[in-house]
Amino acid sequence: MSLMHTQIFDFKGGVHPAENKQQSTELPIACAPMPSKLVLPIAQHIGAPAEPTVTLGQQVLKGQVIAEAQGFVSANLHAPTSGTVSAIELRAIPHQSGMSDWCIEITPDGQDQWIEHAGIVDFLDVEPSVLLERIQQSGISGLGGAGFPSHVKLAADPAKIDTLIINAAECEPYITADDVLMRERAAEIIQGIEILLRIVNPKQCLIGIEDNKPEAIEALTKAIQVSRDDTHLIKLAVVPTKYPSGGEKQLINLLTGQEVPVGGIPADIGIVCQNVGTAYAIYHAVAKGEPLISRITTVTGAACAQPRNYEVLLGTPVSELLPLAGVDHNQMNRLIMGGPMMGFTLNNEEVPVVKTTNCLIAASRNELPDPAAEQACIRCGMCVEACPAQLLPQQLYWYAKSDNLEQLETHNLMDCIECGACAFVCPSNIPLVQYYRYGKGELNQARADKQKSDRAKERFEARLARQEREAAEKEAKRKARAEAAAKKQAEKKAAPATATGTSADAAQANAAQPDMALLQKKLDAAKLAIEKSKEKLAAAEAEGSDKVEAFKLAVEKSTQKMKDAAKAIAEAKKAAKAAPAANGASDKGDPNSPERLKNKLELAEARLKAAQDRLAEAEQQGSDKVDALKTAVEKQQERVSEAKAAYEQASSSASNSASTPASRVEPEPVSDLAAFEQKVLAAQTRVDKAQERLAMAQEQNLDTVAALQTGLEKQLAKLAEAKAALEQAQAGAQEVKS
Amino acid sequence: MVDYLLILVSTILVNNFVLVQFLGLCPFMGVSNKLETAIGMSAATTFVLTLASLSSYLVYEYLLVPLGIEYLKTISFIMVIAVVVGFTEMAIRKTSPLLYRVLGIFLPLITTNCAVLGVALLNIKRENSFMESILYGFGAAVGFSLVLVLFAALRERIAVADVPKNFQGSAIAMVTAGLMSLAFMGFTGLVSI
Amino acid sequence: MTVVLIAIAALVGLSLIFGAVLGFAAIRFKVEGNPVIDQIDALLPQTQCGQCSYPGCRPYAEAIAEGEEKINKCPPGGEATIQAIADLLGVEPEPLDAEHGEEKASKMVAVIREDECIGCTKCIQACPVDAILGAAKQMHTVIADECTGCDLCLDPCPVDCIDMVPVATTLQTWHWDLPQNNPSIIATDRGQAA
Repeated sequence: MSLMHTQIFDFKGGVHPAENKQQSTELPIACAPMPSKLVLPIAQHIGAPAEPTVTLGQQVLKGQVIAEAQGFVSANLHAPTSGTVSAIELRAIPHQSGMSDWCIEITPDGQDQWIEHAGIVDFLDVEPSVLLERIQQSGISGLGGAGFPSHVKLAADPAKIDTLIINAAECEPYITADDVLMRERAAEIIQGIEILLRIVNPKQCLIGIEDNKPEAIEALTKAIQVSRDDTHLIKLAVVPTKYPSGGEKQLINLLTGQEVPVGGIPADIGIVCQNVGTAYAIYHAVAKGEPLISRITTVTGAACAQPRNYEVLLGTPVSELLPLAGVDHNQMNRLIMGGPMMGFTLNNEEVPVVKTTNCLIAASRNELPDPAAEQACIRCGMCVEACPAQLLPQQLYWYAKSDNLEQLETHNLMDCIECGACAFVCPSNIPLVQYYRYGKGELNQARADKQKSDRAKERFEARLARQEREAAEKEAKRKARAEAAAKKQAEKKAAPATATGTSADAAQANAAQPDMALLQKKLDAAKLAIEKSKEKLAAAEAEGSDKVEAFKLAVEKSTQKMKDAAKAIAEAKKAAKAAPAANGASDKGDPNSPERLKNKLELAEARLKAAQDRLAEAEQQGSDKVDALKTAVEKQQERVSEAKAAYEQASSSASNSASTPASRVEPEPVSDLAAFEQKVLAAQTRVDKAQERLAMAQEQNLDTVAALQTGLEKQLAKLAEAKAALEQAQAGAQEVKS
Repeated sequence: MVDYLLILVSTILVNNFVLVQFLGLCPFMGVSNKLETAIGMSAATTFVLTLASLSSYLVYEYLLVPLGIEYLKTISFIMVIAVVVGFTEMAIRKTSPLLYRVLGIFLPLITTNCAVLGVALLNIKRENSFMESILYGFGAAVGFSLVLVLFAALRERIAVADVPKNFQGSAIAMVTAGLMSLAFMGFTGLVSI
Repeated sequence: MTVVLIAIAALVGLSLIFGAVLGFAAIRFKVEGNPVIDQIDALLPQTQCGQCSYPGCRPYAEAIAEGEEKINKCPPGGEATIQAIADLLGVEPEPLDAEHGEEKASKMVAVIREDECIGCTKCIQACPVDAILGAAKQMHTVIADECTGCDLCLDPCPVDCIDMVPVATTLQTWHWDLPQNNPSIIATDRGQAA
């Protein structure tokens, strides 16, 4: 069975830039010497940055975890050599923005002492989950350029994956890191692929490689032949050299003829794609237990005396790598990290080599001249033909230029892989990719802003709902409290009246004594507080301070407290008074005896007076409690009249019962008559009072007028009732008489 | 049947109301800034034009002619059109409030769209039958929609292109409209109706 | 004379019929509610800052949809929001009404100088999106991710310990700028901003 996969498709677009690969493949891979320091950014992969687990000055061993992955889409970071953690700080990192990020600096101790580690010997027989776990622990992220954590891709459901594609195309000019790796270490790569096969369990495995790497193809063929894989799952797919055949989506298209859906990932169509360098790193992680601490990096360009591939420890500063290849800074015009198409210019040579650094180009002015002046678009359409993603570069250009985000989105800007083919062919030297990067940035920001504004809206609405709920709860509580207070008062009133035993009353009276002392104290304290507040208020007013309002409020509060205290004392006193009175009354054992009721009446009247006094006071002060106090006064008045009526009834019935045995001929209705008369009188006085109040309210134009009016109407109705009852009684009495 | 087809071809392409007969230029320039709006306007105009040519035919044939007051056709057609537009306005407001807001002032302006009145009057002049009148109105509306949508799509692209400063805005739009008109002149002689 | 009368009668009759048709349509196509409100609300920045003199973004959106209010009263949204609403409603964009505030160059976020905070909770009550954490007599702090930069917490603070600072660009939010090289077709356009 052939090792070659012959059915190769083609993708639309693509360009053929000068390859410039042979310069750096003349010499074998060299091991870069230990640098004086290693700077390791904590975010070398796509996803959440790793969290440092070492402290300043800590000794670390080679391969020790120095930063831990945060979450699933993240990767561990390991010490590339043994040494001391000499800094954890913001350092320049290799990024287009030239910004800084958190880095861990390790000063090597020269021992290069490994931490204890062991490979999995029978790695093709263990469970896939064990292998996946090992890969995850080893901090392996895609070495091709994007840096996506490998374990995330591999964690796809194996049942849905039918093809594993190993990306060995390396289509970008200058870069030869994968090429030389395959030439020299093909066997290890194939074993790495076998590990991947064990994890993903696909139906086929294709190694996509461009036909400009015959040596690598030969090496891989040999390695596949001697590999343990006897089912020949692994096949070489040699594709014609065309940029960007190494793009993930383009390579998938080339090898399978399938297209990754818009906004989707290869796993959606049953494909997992891994870089050949990643396969090599996976072999080392699994079979030898060595985490990802070094990589092959091409150092090339016309300014290099000897372009070459180096095996570099991650974190090696670029400034220490360039002299190895004999870079002449006088010749060097631009230093580029990555390839000439998709890479970016480094302005700071102190940045370190990271997991995704596949190439450094020290280019002379002739080699990569400064971009020519941008000219107007002549609508030639060459960019459309070059675009490997089948987008409309010219339209995207106009829309990006005019910030038309809506149109950018409908024209699928996000599917642009920023390969630079359009800018490469543009006869007007328009830096198209820069426009797309700008457009993508704006789109992402607009999305983030939208998300944020949605969240703000949600929070605002939640807050409104909460405030409403709280207000409702407060109102309910206030009502409940008012009811409870009313009940309590009613109970208190009832307590002395319904007391049956002397001892109980006495006990109550005794209990009232300490209460009173306490209340008195409270009253004194409140008075003192008022005086103090008043003084403060006066002082504040004199100074014209803006706290006057606050002080006034405080005074009012204190006054209120004092009133409360005074009220409580008065009540307590009354209760104490009522107790002995009840003692006397209890002899008769009749709670409704006239004496008791009289006491009650007096008590109620006293309370009414107190309430009225308070009301007057409040009105003088213009307090906002006037309304509340008024209702209180009205209640008290009602109670007084109730008590009066009860007392009158009781006294009349008492006189009745007293007189009944004396003169049985005396008809009963007479006493009733008197009672009725009294009732009518009481009702009359009540009506008069209500009318007075109403008049007063109307004069002052208070908003209680309506309430008072209904009250008056009720009183009038009661009066009429009472009169009717009286007349009836009188009629009855006359009848009896006659 | 062929006659009907010829009427459609004639009104849509050969005697296009906007680019050849130069009727209805107001919405053509006014509502062509955005493709979305243009499509909405096209739909509304198509509806109004078809309905207006139908009802104006009925009014003319069964009211004005029997009573011998044909000289009142202009004023009665204006009334017919106003009613149809008012009806359409309410219908759009109910079915698509956004389109209603987007069309804004242009919706009532269909009333004064000379293409609408022009079609109604031309129907009389050409002595079209009932079916022909409807097709004539519909064809005119489709022709109007076609050029309006094309023009809006062009203007959307012109808006982001580098136009020399002195030509920016309406000037380049007029030039574009002129070029489109020239292109439509190319249909002349395809059908003679 | 009869001819004139006939003509008048015919037109009056026609008018009556048409009137009836429109009357029917008015009842049949009666509109309730206004879905445009949601669309306008979605375009507003949702800072809930009240600078438009409405209590929150939605009330302002309602006012715009009713046609009672101009679209240029949202300083946090600035020109971009005005343009977006103008596009949505098909009206002419107007410059931002300076009476309601100025558009800020960059996004702002509130920061409490925590050692000066006296823990009065006034800013917590003022924050429309509950982005300030703290309790009475305890230090307060702003949840920067949730802060909309509305300035509403500045005034209530009795010790003026809240600053509005521009949101810093991080590696995650950084993105490329538009290339600054603007070519022109004809030489006379050069140097004049189009």
